[in-house]
Amino acid sequence: MTTTNLPAAATREALGPTLVRLQQNGANIVVVDADLGKSTSARTFRDAFPERFFTFGVAEQNMISAAGGLATLGHTVIASTFAVFAEHAFDQLRMSVAQPKLNVKVVASHGGVSTGEDGASAQSVEDYALFSSLVNFTVCVPADVVEAEAMVAAAVATPGPWYIRTGRPKIPVIYTDGPRFQVGKADMLREGTDVTIVACGLLVERSLRAAEALEASGISARVLNMGTIRPLDVAALEAAAKDTGAIVVAEEHLTHSGLGAMCAQAIAATTQPVPMEFVGVQSRYGESATWDEVLEIMGLTADGVEAAARKVVARKR
Amino acid sequence: MVYGAQSGHIGGSMSSTEILAVLYGRIMRHDPKRPGWVERDRFIMSKGHCTPVQYATLAESGYFPVDELSTFRKKGTRLQGHSVLGKPEGVENSAGALGMGLSFGLGIRLGMRLSNIDAHVYVLMGDGEQDEGQVWEAAMAASHHRVDRLVAIIDRNGIQNDDFTAATMRTEPLDEKYRAFGWEVRAGIDGHNLEAVEEALAWARDVRGKPALVIFDTVKGKGVSFMENNPNFHGAAPSAEQFARAMEELA
Ligand SMILES: Cc1ncc(C[n+]2csc(CCOP(=O)(O)OP(=O)(O)O)c2C)c(N)n1
Ligand SMILES: [Mg+2]
Repeated sequence: MTTTNLPAAATREALGPTLVRLQQNGANIVVVDADLGKSTSARTFRDAFPERFFTFGVAEQNMISAAGGLATLGHTVIASTFAVFAEHAFDQLRMSVAQPKLNVKVVASHGGVSTGEDGASAQSVEDYALFSSLVNFTVCVPADVVEAEAMVAAAVATPGPWYIRTGRPKIPVIYTDGPRFQVGKADMLREGTDVTIVACGLLVERSLRAAEALEASGISARVLNMGTIRPLDVAALEAAAKDTGAIVVAEEHLTHSGLGAMCAQAIAATTQPVPMEFVGVQSRYGESATWDEVLEIMGLTADGVEAAARKVVARKR
Repeated sequence: MVYGAQSGHIGGSMSSTEILAVLYGRIMRHDPKRPGWVERDRFIMSKGHCTPVQYATLAESGYFPVDELSTFRKKGTRLQGHSVLGKPEGVENSAGALGMGLSFGLGIRLGMRLSNIDAHVYVLMGDGEQDEGQVWEAAMAASHHRVDRLVAIIDRNGIQNDDFTAATMRTEPLDEKYRAFGWEVRAGIDGHNLEAVEEALAWARDVRGKPALVIFDTVKGKGVSFMENNPNFHGAAPSAEQFARAMEELA
């Protein structure tokens, strides 16, 4: 796979059209929204199935508990808002969705720091941690719009609570030949022997670019798209440790509580732990700038991943 | 600012312009030279997306140079898209998630009361923001604790993010609801008439024994024909052509 001349699209664009298609094909979807349907693309579903769409206004806590109630009647409930505003209803998610294990899919857009100009308040750097801490939740992050569609479809097809984080900016499409998403399974996008880069979301394409640059200087990097953060594909991580002896984790999230921390826990529990490096947001909140600039400020670039890979390779004994 | 940044919330800023101008120009006890003065009145921007009007008012009041407004939302700026406490000095709360400002302002007033400080707290909220349950928790608690010198202000421009407020969530009658929660309320005041705004805010400032609320009727995007009452100008920046037209209309 090469990363030149890929088309671009925002992962948030997948939600509305996918839901419409699934509903037309006989799903039993109800969408609840908190005054952000224009930006999340949930409105596309409202336009097609107005009677199956409820707006709750700017009231996420009310929306989430009501979503739980709706789900008890057998509906597949999609709760749509921005990632930071999904966080707003944490206890409701715990009590009205996670503990009773209800069929609510929180599909939250504008995740991560790539919301850019809106600044710190609008940048979710802790949502993987929050949603992964909820028992019974499946937590997914698409690497491109094609995978986002596949994740929404898989969520609708699988009973139980899900969180899917999508993004605001247009990013390159990796899966131009169609999705390969399987829940709970990492997707190996590139084979390698010296180091493994585990990434999710928009860091996947950036990691592929890093791997190309590493290859040019003789370092062979495996790239795993860890589209499912929970449950983690521990077998793929174990194989990565065994085959390549070093791991970099790259994510648009706080390093101390996200995918990196969860991978480190899994690796530490194996018989052969290996050195690891973490690319992510380092214990800070965001700021205003264009989305690309914010990623640059945080070091969430192909260069950042490449540097971490060199560092971890140097640490190998 | 919003044109320069090519993003930002212009509609709800233009509906609140006169309210902020009167607060900082005529009503509040404050001193831009001493932003940390403990006896100052506080302004809490609960609808934290309306930073364009907040920063412009603070700059015009002398808190920071007007030139700095052009850095809005740009790399390295102190002027983030949503309010951040202390950035720059004069910004009294962090916001961007709606529904929290009234509680924060209530806490400030409770703290002032403990320290025998007789300053006021003014909290500006949106009408869409009234959807948030926390607003009503704060309304109840303010009245329960018999807090006064707490002035809530609602910018009733009739529009929220996706649509008109009446189509999104019926919150009316707001005045009767707040009265039932134990507040003194004045409603139906023209938020673009400077004299009416000043008269209402001066009334609210002088209410004792209860928290006070003023509901202003405003026009989202006020002053620019194609932005007025248009839900599409909640969070979108104008194009070059629209910007030129808007500047002509405002001149
Ligand atoms: C908790 C929360 N949920 C969602 C949003 C996204 N949002 C930003 S502005 C807005 C609409 C606000 O409408 P209103 O309060 O009427 O403000 P105004 O019209 O004065 O701009 C929404 C839903 C938010 N800022 N906070
Ligand atoms: Mg409004």
